[in-house]
Amino acid sequence: MRVAVIALNTFKEAVRDRILYAILVFALVMLAGSTILVTISVDGEEKIIKDLGLACISIFGLLIATFLGTGLVSKEIEKRTLYTIISKPIHRYQFILGKYLGLVMTLLVNVGVMGLGLIGLAYIWEGTSSVRLLLAVLFIFLELVLVTAIAMLFSAFSSPALSALFTLCLFVAGHLSADLRLFAAQFGGAATKLLAEVLFFLLPNLSRLNLKDQTVHGIAIDGGTMALSVVYAIFYVAALVLAAMAIFQRRDFK
Amino acid sequence: MNAIETEKLGKEYRIGFWRKRICVLSQLDLTVHEGEVFGYLGPNGAGKTTTLKLLTGLLRPTSGKAKVLGRPPGDVVMQQQVGFLPEQPSFYEYLTGRELLNFYGQLVGLDRPTRREQIEGLARQLRIESALDLQLRKYSKGMLQRLGLAQALLNDPRLVLLDEPMSGLDPIGRWEVRDLLLRLKSEGRTVFFSSHIIPDVEMVCDRVGILVGGRLVAQGPIDDILGAQIASIEVTASQVPPEVMAELGYLLVTQSVPRGERLLLTVKDEAALAELLTRLLDCKATIHAIAPHRESLEEYFIRYVQPRETP
Ligand SMILES: Nc1ncnc2c1ncn2[C@@H]1O[C@H](COP(=O)(O)OP(=O)(O)O)[C@@H](O)[C@H]1O
Ligand SMILES: [Mg+2]
Repeated sequence: MRVAVIALNTFKEAVRDRILYAILVFALVMLAGSTILVTISVDGEEKIIKDLGLACISIFGLLIATFLGTGLVSKEIEKRTLYTIISKPIHRYQFILGKYLGLVMTLLVNVGVMGLGLIGLAYIWEGTSSVRLLLAVLFIFLELVLVTAIAMLFSAFSSPALSALFTLCLFVAGHLSADLRLFAAQFGGAATKLLAEVLFFLLPNLSRLNLKDQTVHGIAIDGGTMALSVVYAIFYVAALVLAAMAIFQRRDFK
Repeated sequence: MNAIETEKLGKEYRIGFWRKRICVLSQLDLTVHEGEVFGYLGPNGAGKTTTLKLLTGLLRPTSGKAKVLGRPPGDVVMQQQVGFLPEQPSFYEYLTGRELLNFYGQLVGLDRPTRREQIEGLARQLRIESALDLQLRKYSKGMLQRLGLAQALLNDPRLVLLDEPMSGLDPIGRWEVRDLLLRLKSEGRTVFFSSHIIPDVEMVCDRVGILVGGRLVAQGPIDDILGAQIASIEVTASQVPPEVMAELGYLLVTQSVPRGERLLLTVKDEAALAELLTRLLDCKATIHAIAPHRESLEEYFIRYVQPRETP
């Protein structure tokens, strides 16, 4: 109940933030503009529309997740708005969970709007089935949910700017870790292999959540693998949120 | 049970690159009885805000312990019965006053009709009715302070903790807050508030604590704290012959102050007064008034605080 109150209010904050609308409008314009351009110039190259569109959603989603995520808790501390909230009968972990869920809701709406835009565009230009595309967008959302948790965890103990930097680095690393492991397994020595394995285990395996290639190139996606990916993401997010709660629980608000 | 009880409560901060320790509060033994208005006085940087943050669970003590309404600070059961106004409160700017109070009302677990009733009632009491539907970014400092008071009272608290509740208010606003504190007391609530402005405290408090440099230097009823201090007595007289006046110098605490025809003579205690009066009557001077002059909290404060470094 109290978690929901915090979450809804966090969502309200995002809804009343003009910058978010600006990003969203910009993303939609980019989406439409690029697909139109492609359709006009490259004859019948439908793959590019989806490719570009999904990349567009991914990037703007990443921006929103990172910048809202890193400010989620640190801004409350910096602006001292949380003094009157933490001193109300609410547990600190409830506050963290509420803030997090509020941002997840915000992301859902944003990714939803962009995703619908892309599906609509794909339909207009190609009249193709959109289930695949919807799935890819859902997985982008899942990835962003994870990125948000990373951003929030970093911001629980460092400045927003540093947190954003760390988050973006981890995003890149998370996409490369699987490749790195493959690479090390083929060419590396024992130590390199071990290091790659450890990194692969610790870093979020974001390439797991990337269905863009399969979607664009129409490669079959195994249902079991997908379900496992979802479970993986949920556990990873839970671990991150719990860590953020643990840090927040012991913090002094000076 | 006492409303607030601390035992050797202490807080150290670590500052700078070398994480040097600085002690901002040490060995605080504070007792606030239920049903009283307690004024927590101290100059800037004395550690008042630190104490309030320790009591609300925003900070964790480095030593000692505290009990608020018999429970540890930060405990939800305690928070349900406590209202807190932070120093220079800051709220979500994108909400209107009503939305904000509604949000806090939900956090303290009030149902919708109670919320509405409380918000209307408090807005009327604190005179922010007309601003309720305005976004907070348009609020003045004084209005934010009033809104802060309203949010602290939403849950009908048994104990109210206020950090500098009169700051940011104009003279009328200060009067209203004093009134409010007295009303809260008459409703049976305990009020603990910090201030560095003495008249605000003097007028409404049952008891005060005086904090200087992180140490509680006095605690108790104002009369007790001041009663232990030397009082002075003022005598107003006229037609005192100059040669007598010259001899009286040794009895006076300060130089005599001419007030038109009259002279204001200040002596230290009753013995000096007796002697002064004898001499005055002997020389047929007229005595107009004798007024005992108790040391004000302000004088006490200045005397105590001045020799120390105040940041
Ligand atoms: N975050 C902090 N880090 C280091 N020192 C602090 C911090 N906050 C407050 N202080 C110091 O602690 C002392 C007490 O501060 P405070 O409790 O705010 O005093 P008051 O409310 O009585 O003005 C001051 O000397 C202040 O400089
Ligand atoms: Mg203060």
